[in-house]
Amino acid sequence: MSGRSVGEVTLSVEGVSLAFGGVKALTEVSFDVREHEVRAIIGPNGAGKSSMLNVLNGVYHPQKGKIRFRGNEFTDMDSHEAASLGIARTFQNIALFKGMTVLDNIMTGRNLKMHCGVLQQALWLGPARREELEHRRAAEEIIDFLEIQHVRKTPVGRLPYGLQKRVELGRALAAEPLLLLLDEPMAGMNLEEKQDMCRFVLDVNDHYGTTLVLIEHDMGVVMDISDRVVVLDYGRKIADGVPEEIKNNQKVIDAYLGVAH
Amino acid sequence: MGTDIASLDTFPKLLMHHALARGARPAIREKDLGIWQTWTWKHFADEVRFLACGLASQGVKRGDHLALVGANRPRFYATMAAAQCLGAIPVPLYQDAVATEMAFPIQNASIAFAYAEDQEQVDKLLEILPQCLSLQKICFDDPRGLRHYAQRELVPYDRLLEAGREDYRRDPAFIESEIAKGSGSDTAAMFFTSGTTGVAKGVVLTYTNLVERSRVVAEWEGITDRDVVLAFMPPAWIGQNIFSYAQPLVAGYCICCPESAETVTTDMREIGPSYYFAPPRVFEALLTQVSVRMDDASALKRALYRTFMRVAQRVGERIMEGKSVGLVERLLYWIGDLVVYGPLRNVLGMSRIRIAYTGGEAIGPDLFVFYRSIGVNLKQLYGSTETSVFVCIQPNDRVKSDTVGPAIPGVELKFTPGRELLIRSPGLFKEYYKNPQATAEAKDAEGWFHTGDAGFVDPDGHLKIIDRAKDVGALTDGTLFAPKYLENKLKFFPHIREAVCFGHGRDQVCAFINIDPDSVGNWAEKRSMAYSGYTDLASRDEVYDLVRDCIERVNADLAGEPEIANSQIHRFLILHKELDADDGELTRTRKVRRRHISEKYDALVQALYSARQSVHVEAQIRYEDGRSGTYSADLKIRDAKVFAPAAGKRAA
Repeated sequence: MSGRSVGEVTLSVEGVSLAFGGVKALTEVSFDVREHEVRAIIGPNGAGKSSMLNVLNGVYHPQKGKIRFRGNEFTDMDSHEAASLGIARTFQNIALFKGMTVLDNIMTGRNLKMHCGVLQQALWLGPARREELEHRRAAEEIIDFLEIQHVRKTPVGRLPYGLQKRVELGRALAAEPLLLLLDEPMAGMNLEEKQDMCRFVLDVNDHYGTTLVLIEHDMGVVMDISDRVVVLDYGRKIADGVPEEIKNNQKVIDAYLGVAH
Repeated sequence: MGTDIASLDTFPKLLMHHALARGARPAIREKDLGIWQTWTWKHFADEVRFLACGLASQGVKRGDHLALVGANRPRFYATMAAAQCLGAIPVPLYQDAVATEMAFPIQNASIAFAYAEDQEQVDKLLEILPQCLSLQKICFDDPRGLRHYAQRELVPYDRLLEAGREDYRRDPAFIESEIAKGSGSDTAAMFFTSGTTGVAKGVVLTYTNLVERSRVVAEWEGITDRDVVLAFMPPAWIGQNIFSYAQPLVAGYCICCPESAETVTTDMREIGPSYYFAPPRVFEALLTQVSVRMDDASALKRALYRTFMRVAQRVGERIMEGKSVGLVERLLYWIGDLVVYGPLRNVLGMSRIRIAYTGGEAIGPDLFVFYRSIGVNLKQLYGSTETSVFVCIQPNDRVKSDTVGPAIPGVELKFTPGRELLIRSPGLFKEYYKNPQATAEAKDAEGWFHTGDAGFVDPDGHLKIIDRAKDVGALTDGTLFAPKYLENKLKFFPHIREAVCFGHGRDQVCAFINIDPDSVGNWAEKRSMAYSGYTDLASRDEVYDLVRDCIERVNADLAGEPEIANSQIHRFLILHKELDADDGELTRTRKVRRRHISEKYDALVQALYSARQSVHVEAQIRYEDGRSGTYSADLKIRDAKVFAPAAGKRAA
């Protein structure tokens, strides 16, 4: 259905291992993500999916292995650095400013793109004013894109869960990321909210050309919207391929359903 | 300039006139990316000129029909005007209609060109493309999501406009000469009636119909180019179209398009329209919102609200109509205006309203009086698509809440022996499109239009509509049975969303009730009642008691009206689902389709008229996502207390 072209490899993960003390969260995991791709990471509970995402945006530093993003190689980067490289993310538990409005929350996503100092902004000087207007426009475009105009000025804490998730996606988008990491964007949603979210995820991918890496539990969703899927189990990669292959992969079936011993 | 505006007989001519006479004044505003963007009359006229050239290059010519599907947007109205410049006939279709409902008008009028607002509408049109062989081109406004659509039928609006701009530069005389060719007797637009019964019919209206009626009312009410209207109902409904297209082009006032359907309340507050039109259900929904929020307010605020609403009910209307009121009451009302009515009008976005109309359906008298008593000049209006809306309007100083006012200038009324209202007016439609039989049935040789409404003119010359002529019936004891009258009384209660009354040819009246999920939900929440959804909530005994209370108050009220005292409601049930237009139970304008409902739920009606206390239902339920499931349960039936006609005390 989609006419977008999946490009060259933009992110590659090579032999990443991560341990917390004696607990091995990730062991020798390697995979790559191509430009404009929707890449899913799946696996049973505790498989290391969120850890993997945290490695990708610099929250955790792996003990072993390399990450290559757009030609640059990193062994460890911090999350601020990741953000300035164009990696944004959303969280499994919504991490918005509950007391702030939808608009303000999305504006915080533009933080890294603001250059005027506090003084300039406080005095509402020419450059600060122009900058604010430009960022407000960008934020409004995202509000329009995600169809949340009716709650623009509503404090986030008062919104239903499904809408909060959408606002969080909006804030991540505000940073104009090249790579967007979504940690269970559809968890806890009802069917209609899930369908909406799927549509927005695909629209983001199509409209902004953003490369997406997402963790998701709903297999129907994963198989429908992702181009390729990585499967983790006990911190190891057990499969990697297009949804059709993954569906029929015996190791994956065993990992999810358990094996008779 | 210097043209006599009265000589301008088509909308394109009027538009070009306004571009000269008030070029820098706002014509259309739309909220986009959080900011109100304005098209001046000059901008509007230029856009229309270019677009008309663009349409011409796509082969649109005089006499062609064009379908328009979308919400109120400047570009929607520009497309309407552009089509009319070329002598083509715009046919607005309801944007919330499902694809199959759109097929009929397109086939009926052999429509070749369609304007679609966005991907959703484009998808629907593409879906019916195989059945609609005439459809050649679909022009879309918002390109979002359509980037990868390769169908050769699709043309982006922007490209059409650009191509038109080029053509116009090369030959500006073309479009001016096309506009000059139009005349008042030409067909201006075609509106498909929602049809409470049977298939939709295309109502053909000429420029003279629409321009003349709009002008008469604008003069009668003193509407000027300083007025502002918020356009938020479907533009395929004549009731919206006349206020957001025909009349602004006559009077030169500005219309505002909301950002989205969900933001109307906020947009209304920001714009503060001076002229307003909405069907009763919008006023009902607003009042429900107010009641729900008042329920949540602090005790002091609730007491203030109650006290001053009583004052308003006593004297509000009389003060607005300039009648004599005692000094103390005047003072009380003045304080009330300061602390309650003023802020309330402001919250509703009605602070600046000079004239507000409601129509399309009868409005509950209590609901009507509520708005008038807080100082909103709400008036009833009677008319239909076939009459270019304006037939009767309540005059500013002589509003009688149970009538729709006297006939406005140019309109003649008379009645058949069976009480059916007949109308003759300059606004009367030309014909039903390709349906001479229906035309002949509705409009007789002398030009009288048979409205299908039953009513009478009271001694003051005000028209009173009771019901649809075919719905008015009688109980077995001969009492007049006007179902809509009863239903409207029920619907005034915020807890009741919809009601359907039965009684014709029966010995007593029984009713189906739909509760209002917001209002009852809020009520349940306060009582810490857990419920899983509409169906569950509707089946609770507590909710039944709540509804019975409402019904008994209506009964007490009815007991005070001798002619219909016997039509009090004896038994009722709460339906397990909300009546829905998608299931054919309501029309697209949310009118109850009585016959369809009584056939579909025949078993329930039978049970109401038996001695049973419950009835089993098994129903197909269609979910929003298109899946369907079955629902089966026992619906409870409850009795309501009825009052002896004489002993009935008037309920507040």
